[in-house]
Amino acid sequence: MKKLLVALATTVAVLGIAPAASAQEKAKICFIYVGSKTDGGWTQAHDIGRQELEKELGDKIETQFLENVPEGPDAERAIERLARSGCGLIFTTSFGFMDATIKIAAKFPDVKFEHATGYKTAPNVATYNSRFYEGRYIQGQIAAKMSEKGVAGYIASFPIPEVVMGINAFVIGARAVNPDFKIKVVWANTWFDPGKEADAAKALIDQGVDIITQHTDTTAPMQVAAERGIKAFGQASDMIAAGPQTQLTAIVDTWGAYYVKRTKAFLDGTWSTSSSWDGLKDGILTMAPYTNMPDDVKAMAEETEAKIKSGELKPFTGPLNKQDGSPWLKEGETADDATLLGMNFYVEGVDDKLPQ
Amino acid sequence: MGIVEAILFSVITAATPLVLAALGELVAERSGVLNLGVEGMMIMGAVCAFAATQLIGSPYAGILAGIAAGAVFSLLFGFLTLTLVANQVATGLALTLLGLGVSGMLGESFLGMQGIKLQPIAIPLLSKIPVVGPLLFRQDAIFYASVAILVGVHLFLFKSRAGLKLRAVGDSHSSAHALGVNVIRTRYLAVLFGGACAGLAGAQLSLVYTPQWVENMSAGRGWIALALVVFASWRPWRVVAGGYLFGAVSISQLHAQAFGIGIPSQFLTALPYIATIVVLILISHNRRMTLINTPASLGKPFVPDR
Repeated sequence: MKKLLVALATTVAVLGIAPAASAQEKAKICFIYVGSKTDGGWTQAHDIGRQELEKELGDKIETQFLENVPEGPDAERAIERLARSGCGLIFTTSFGFMDATIKIAAKFPDVKFEHATGYKTAPNVATYNSRFYEGRYIQGQIAAKMSEKGVAGYIASFPIPEVVMGINAFVIGARAVNPDFKIKVVWANTWFDPGKEADAAKALIDQGVDIITQHTDTTAPMQVAAERGIKAFGQASDMIAAGPQTQLTAIVDTWGAYYVKRTKAFLDGTWSTSSSWDGLKDGILTMAPYTNMPDDVKAMAEETEAKIKSGELKPFTGPLNKQDGSPWLKEGETADDATLLGMNFYVEGVDDKLPQ
Repeated sequence: MGIVEAILFSVITAATPLVLAALGELVAERSGVLNLGVEGMMIMGAVCAFAATQLIGSPYAGILAGIAAGAVFSLLFGFLTLTLVANQVATGLALTLLGLGVSGMLGESFLGMQGIKLQPIAIPLLSKIPVVGPLLFRQDAIFYASVAILVGVHLFLFKSRAGLKLRAVGDSHSSAHALGVNVIRTRYLAVLFGGACAGLAGAQLSLVYTPQWVENMSAGRGWIALALVVFASWRPWRVVAGGYLFGAVSISQLHAQAFGIGIPSQFLTALPYIATIVVLILISHNRRMTLINTPASLGKPFVPDR
């Protein structure tokens, strides 16, 4: 029996850590995923990036990944396991892996780490992020045009700066079109739970919103929106398959180019710590085709996208007030990156109390 | 549909998988077998139900496939723990891990496919009753099955001879054995029933709750079902009450958030767990009754001496 259990445990371990190539001399580039690589959202986008990396540099490197790694103490063990197994460069692809990454990086000074969406760096830890909020600003504008009731529902995951920034950008975009626009926010307190995300969408729709946008990882909210006949925005990956008549557009994360660039630097020996934060113009995020909307709305969205790309429009530009009405940015003043990355307050127009 | 009905409707959808899996596990535990593999059996039910629905085109085929998947998976557990007398806790945990892994593999080609939703069946006359009608009598077959299973489990355990024997096996397998009850067979059947229920619960996830297949889509519901059984002190009606209470608080807290009542969402997220545990502890506060209801041989392996 013991043998059987050991065999079982080994099977599980093998399933968990799947080497994508087997040659030993190649440099090992590793990834830690918070969800499943086929979640149709956030993690899938990272995995597509990994596949692009493999296609591009497959003769010099091999990649390895661990999926479904929960944020918390497990993450530390998982990252350490990769570091010990000979990975040279490790991408930790969720905000909640930040402290674990920093801690393990201190133990393995020769291994390089890249942490997505965080703000802590070290000599061997770089951070990378994408200006998702640029996409959310465009979504806000579309929502304000498309919504008949003037209220959108926002399914949020955890109250971290990244998510708060997204909510604010959405509201700023929406109120640029319709100054009375409102959003209702529901915190799911999870990145990944299709049932709960669907329940959140149902609750929001039952309370009268007619547009759904999400900052969680599965297509469940899109599916509920489709069933109830309202419109929604996709997150992280193009979710058009879950709602062919429902998706207006989606923020699509395209990490591939960054992974290739950093891996090349690692191979050349020119890798050094940095904090990269690219946006629409750099192609690290793209907008899925604008669908299910009238031509004038589409034209507006395309124009906004072009303005953001050219740098003419920055979503966080004053005059903007904080939620309580106190002034935040003066006319023409633009928020700096540090403020955005530590954002822990709402702007005016958000009808929710920010969990602290 | 008014807001209250809308909430209640969501509650039923959210509670049904918990109730189903918990009722199955309750029968297994009443026979003295602790199967921690509920989550694994549930996710296998979910993936097989989705796959069969896609391949055959009928969600009813999916339901059968889900039940079968859960049952087959539970047989593996039965073989290891009952025939080979392996440790139940370790085997149950392994079953969950295995289920999560295997389901991911099986489901790979079904990812991102448009699901087929199990359509509700309106029961003539009854579904015309205001409020209650649409809520309880215009539901899908899996919900009706969950009601039938609740009544069936209650009658079986407490009103039938076979149920009495099953409880005897769970309380003292040696005594039951001495009286001529086939302990191993009884436990096999109980485990099988538990697996079938967990599989059906999984089918509900991928055919009703969120008609799609995503890896790990059970997201811990099997563990909640397990906890419900213990906190309801192995009583079927309490298990169901607990399941619905959990569902009700989960859905209400989302509505409370959307309404903007300004209570920290972290607290609201924890609320279903807190409320369910507190209420179930309160209704199970009679220590003697709880002890009587706890299967005394729970988790203990049985080896008949020949």
